Amino acid sequence: MTAITAELVPERDVTYGRSPVSHFVTDLWVLTKRSIARIRREPETLADVTFMPVIFILMFAYVFGGAILLPGSGNYHEYLIGGMLGMGLAQTAPGVAVALVTDMSTGLMDRFRSLPMSRWAVLGARSIAELLTQIISAVVVVGVGLAIGWRVHTGPAQVAAAFALSLLFGYAFTWAGVCLGMVLRSPEAAQQTGFIIFLPLTFISSAFVPIQTMPGWLQPIAAWNPMSALAAASRELFGNPNPAAAVDAWPMQHPELAVVCWSVAMLLVFAPLAVRQFRRKVLG
Amino acid sequence: MSDIPAIQADGLVRDFGKTRALAGLNLVVPQGTVYGLLGPNGAGKTTAVRVFATLLRPNGGRAQVLGHDVVTEAAQVRRKIGLTGQYAALDEYLTGRANLVMIGQLSRLTASAARRRADEMLERFSLTEAAGRAVKTYSGGMRRRMDLAASLIGYPSVLFLDEPTTGLDPNARAMTWEIVRELANSGTTLLLTTQYLEEADQLARRVAVIDGGTVIAEGTPDQLKSSVRGEHLEVVLAEGSDVEAAVVAVKPYAMGNVEPDERGQRLTVPVVAAEGLTTRVVRALDRAGVQVNDVTMRRASLDDVFLALTGHVSAPAEDAEDTDDEDEEGSEAA
Repeated sequence: MTAITAELVPERDVTYGRSPVSHFVTDLWVLTKRSIARIRREPETLADVTFMPVIFILMFAYVFGGAILLPGSGNYHEYLIGGMLGMGLAQTAPGVAVALVTDMSTGLMDRFRSLPMSRWAVLGARSIAELLTQIISAVVVVGVGLAIGWRVHTGPAQVAAAFALSLLFGYAFTWAGVCLGMVLRSPEAAQQTGFIIFLPLTFISSAFVPIQTMPGWLQPIAAWNPMSALAAASRELFGNPNPAAAVDAWPMQHPELAVVCWSVAMLLVFAPLAVRQFRRKVLG
Repeated sequence: MSDIPAIQADGLVRDFGKTRALAGLNLVVPQGTVYGLLGPNGAGKTTAVRVFATLLRPNGGRAQVLGHDVVTEAAQVRRKIGLTGQYAALDEYLTGRANLVMIGQLSRLTASAARRRADEMLERFSLTEAAGRAVKTYSGGMRRRMDLAASLIGYPSVLFLDEPTTGLDPNARAMTWEIVRELANSGTTLLLTTQYLEEADQLARRVAVIDGGTVIAEGTPDQLKSSVRGEHLEVVLAEGSDVEAAVVAVKPYAMGNVEPDERGQRLTVPVVAAEGLTTRVVRALDRAGVQVNDVTMRRASLDDVFLALTGHVSAPAEDAEDTDDEDEEGSEAA
């Protein structure tokens, strides 16, 4: 039998002497690689952030889009992409919940906890992997958008700002998914609950239809929906039609600032909540 | 170094809500031995292992692994231990090799050392061929081997095996036993929980019988067996034999009362095993004109020990303990 006991491990093979920060970074890297490796082995796990947005774009552009009149004037295809970007990002939240519940329920988390590694790296790595997924989703949305006639009418600075805001929002939203993953007990429950939360969130917003077309009682809800702020901010920064600019609500008047506020608020609420649940479940 | 116990528990208590899973457990496991924790479902075996492996904090008492407290020095403990639970704790979607390398790096091996070690382990556990496939395509036996490999990758001095053969087919079980024996020979301390008395008897040098969260008996399997009932000869007489004559004939060899069974066909003769004893007893019976069908030297099995100590038969419904623990833990934590 090959050497087993700790006394026999060669000194140069272990990293005990390194600093805690260096250990944390290694763990973060190793676990992020794990998530990426899974995507590379099974690219179909990305279907929810690649094919789904494509299907939604095509459906809304060519099926429903004709029935949706933008207030004033404007091309619906150009309108659509700002909303789709947000939808693609929010789509990833159920996925992160499912992945975490799976880790918790298969015993892999017990394995991690019995190792001399950083537990926090598990959550950190998951959120980083999710950010990468969201970048892929954004690239797909932009690609399909360009194909159906969506164009940017501003400069590179505005475009960069639009993507930065989207990813900030997406990262903050990921923590809502992490929270969900900490509370629920089965991957199926995580998938369904994620869907139930996500669906109204995208549809009661300006992502697909202008707020002005909704009944009066629904309009304030849609106007204060974070997804509307993200859609409005993207449209404004891309120079696309943004009828929400005429809606008399603070987030619609200051969409970029609203996105930052919503993102910070989500991070402040969901990240500590997720960490608290994680501590309870995992540090027992 | 070697006089520090591998595992020591002093008055360990752990509650899950109103259920007391560990009720003052005391245990000393010396280094370099295979130690069996034997008990029925819900006895507290899994809870004890989870406390030793730093997965659960005790509510009372304390536990040390190689002299390090499992609560205050958890980081040191984690460098020394390996854990294999009842289900394979692996990433289903990664390849076997990727799993091992990942766990190696998380065990604080350098990247190159982790890769080298992973290949060593794959070779050792005959998994090289499957190393490039996702774990979810593995059979139950392969998973268990991969899980064992994963728990060994960080060079643990103390290995916890929580019901390592539950749910395995006889082939895979035999293979696991072989690995346990090899590990024991290489100087690793193994703490093995099992519901199977045969398993403890086969593998463990010492056994603690746990029931209701405390140790109710401790010793070598042989000591435990002799504490219940010593060795005895079971003599099966032929139809119509003279029972009285048989009892008189074997009396000189018996260490106590010779008890015929109700039908007068079977004698239980307490003896001390010695060279040629069975032959002498058979000759004595022959001289007395008693026809004998069968003579067997019997020793108490751990099953007998178990029944005598706990008042119930071993190995009832599967898996109950673990799921109970998890549920209770969840509600307690919330």
